[in-house]
Amino acid sequence: MRFDTVIIGGGLAGLTAGIALQREGKSTAIISTGQNALHFFSGSFESVVEKNERMIDFFAKAGIPLHYAPGVRLMPLGSFRPSALCLEDTDIFPTAKVGSKVLIVNFMGYHDFFSTFLAEGLEKEGMQCRIRLLDLPELEPLQRSPGGMRSVQMARILDPIWEKFVQEVRLLIKDEDIVVIPQVFGLKDPSTPGLIREDLPVRAIFAGTLPPSVPGIRTQQLLGRNYERLGGTYLKGDHALRALTKDNRIIGVSTKNLDRHYLKADTFILASGSYFSKGLRSNPFEITEPVFDLDVNYSPERSDWYNPKFAADQPYMHYGVKTDENLHAIKGGTVIQNLYAIGSVMGVSHPRFGFGAGLAIRSAFHVTDQIVQESKV
Amino acid sequence: MKIQEYTQSKYNFEECMKCTVCTAYCPVLQVNPLFPGPKQCGPDEERLRLKDPYFFNTALKYCMNCKRCEVACPSGVNVAALIQSARIHYDHTPPKVRDRILASTDFMGKMARPVAPVVNAVTGLGITKTVLDATLKIDHRRSFPRYSGSSFTAWLKRHRKEQAAFEEQAAYFHGCYVNYNHPQLGKDLVKVLNALGVGVQLLEKEKCCGIAMIVNGMSARAARNASVNIASIRKAVDKGLKVLSTSSTCVLTLRDEYPELLGIDNDSVREDILLATRFIFERMEAGATLHFRPDYHRRIAYHVPCHLEKLGWGVFSERLLRRIPGVEFTLLDSNCCGIAGTYGFKKENYEAAQNIGAPLFDQIRSVDPEVVACDCETCKWQIEMSTGYPVMNPISILAEALE
Repeated sequence: MRFDTVIIGGGLAGLTAGIALQREGKSTAIISTGQNALHFFSGSFESVVEKNERMIDFFAKAGIPLHYAPGVRLMPLGSFRPSALCLEDTDIFPTAKVGSKVLIVNFMGYHDFFSTFLAEGLEKEGMQCRIRLLDLPELEPLQRSPGGMRSVQMARILDPIWEKFVQEVRLLIKDEDIVVIPQVFGLKDPSTPGLIREDLPVRAIFAGTLPPSVPGIRTQQLLGRNYERLGGTYLKGDHALRALTKDNRIIGVSTKNLDRHYLKADTFILASGSYFSKGLRSNPFEITEPVFDLDVNYSPERSDWYNPKFAADQPYMHYGVKTDENLHAIKGGTVIQNLYAIGSVMGVSHPRFGFGAGLAIRSAFHVTDQIVQESKV
Repeated sequence: MKIQEYTQSKYNFEECMKCTVCTAYCPVLQVNPLFPGPKQCGPDEERLRLKDPYFFNTALKYCMNCKRCEVACPSGVNVAALIQSARIHYDHTPPKVRDRILASTDFMGKMARPVAPVVNAVTGLGITKTVLDATLKIDHRRSFPRYSGSSFTAWLKRHRKEQAAFEEQAAYFHGCYVNYNHPQLGKDLVKVLNALGVGVQLLEKEKCCGIAMIVNGMSARAARNASVNIASIRKAVDKGLKVLSTSSTCVLTLRDEYPELLGIDNDSVREDILLATRFIFERMEAGATLHFRPDYHRRIAYHVPCHLEKLGWGVFSERLLRRIPGVEFTLLDSNCCGIAGTYGFKKENYEAAQNIGAPLFDQIRSVDPEVVACDCETCKWQIEMSTGYPVMNPISILAEALE
């Protein structure tokens, strides 16, 4: 099967590249090995202070409104981190002192939301916190099953009754000026969190839960749907195996599901992610890139890979495939002119600051611009 | 270096990172609170089951084996296979009479064929449905597949000579549905393949692929069928033939469920078992042409069945349909229709099946196509019953559009 571009990896980087190219009239396929990091998405893209109109416009066209406001956002465990560009679910404040009194609302039996940690963090910033549990009868069927009270299942039940939820929260509010709510609203419709916010008498903050991330899944679905509506071919649950090369160019890629049926294209984009998505593989001796066997930037000394302090910046998180400045991949020291690497397989992301999402998008734009330019020559 | 080789667990279950992504994509979990979900039933409980079969949980029967968990898993865990294999190994309760009947598609077809008009008239009656519901717990709201008075194999045998005249040949695994319920689909395949210069022949022996038996506690019988089928397929492949099917579930069963769940080795023939649309697409990519009617026009919405999504081959049917001039094509969102073979026929699953399918049915109504295209016969029954829109296999659409 032939395409203009084949993209390996169906996460944020791969989907952004696919959508950008389809919008330019290119034919593309995305090979996606299972679901991706968007399912753990915090809702924040980056903390780069300059406003990126292109990203905002790009997502708006896919039905995903973003908001830009450089400042800080509340993390799921009660700390604050810098952010500038977010999904509308996520609030950004000029400083960590977001109010004076805070009501934290959780649901009875929901253990994936850390109210007490949140309260500790907010109290450190000088706010007074009160935690209240809501017991909605609609959630009772989920409470009966050990795995039932999970973000996605709850969102399916809560989305249609968000107005009732707001009424219940109104009754709980005393003299608070802020209410913190778990991110379990808006699985399908990105406007639900905004509606809740408008209907509450005080400012509402949606705080992250344990995965899967409800705003993340919704973003994945909307991007995936946009890609398919533009005519893109999204190969779900498949796995790129080997590349066919000729004269230092990639001609085709084989996949697990398609046996010996190669996906052929003029250009290829590697957006296969980091260790979790198996874009990078590690064993006690080496770190490799499994599809093209590209050069990977890592220390030959294994003891250099880790910092013994668990929470410290870990060197292995910065390892990734080598590229030239235009993000062409490098194999055996030679640049491959029709293969690009984007997103976290490049290994330059910094998980502590949540740059991964912004980096995925920016690198995708950088590469798709080149592909579009080259095809015009 | 052989690190992975020595540490790989059965169905890769040790690779589970507990990320819970599968739970977001399990259609059953969203509608049935009695089902603990793929993560718990699969990798989580497998650890316990390996210690002591006492931990086997009968709620595993709510899994409908759609395999959406496997498609969603970022770590390559065969979650659905873990669940089905646990049912095979630990659940020793004999299958109910109803489940035996539902699973015996082959036997039922043979019995019904000679008296098809009577069977069709009787199963369409309200009183029959009420009785079946009360006695066997087959839900009364379900409509039943109709039987054909003459089988596909009898028809093809009558045309054996003209089919043998083609220089190139392919073998057809027709399955129970084509043989007993809808021989027209088989005839459509013959028409399309003949137009490509390929003659169609039967396998030496063909039994039901067995998927309905596997999920209804009759895996020993399924394994017997599998041995017969693979032996026949091997003979065809040895003659240089590809073995084609028009049912995505039959293909998935022959290729993947046989080795994974029944322990039947199909290694040497697996790559030669193909969905017919893939075979046709690859022929056309290699230069073969089909001549379509210039006046053909159809507004088609295409639904990728769960098992085709697992195979990863929906793209072949999609691209073939898009290629027909005069086709207005809409790709429906990835959703399960809810029937999952025999699952939705059971009284205890009827509500869940209809709730699972609701998003798909809503989208079909809003797209309002002339026809829904789909490669699975049970999806066809479910969509036709639940939406009233006609459903056609892509092969039948190709045949209809041919000059």
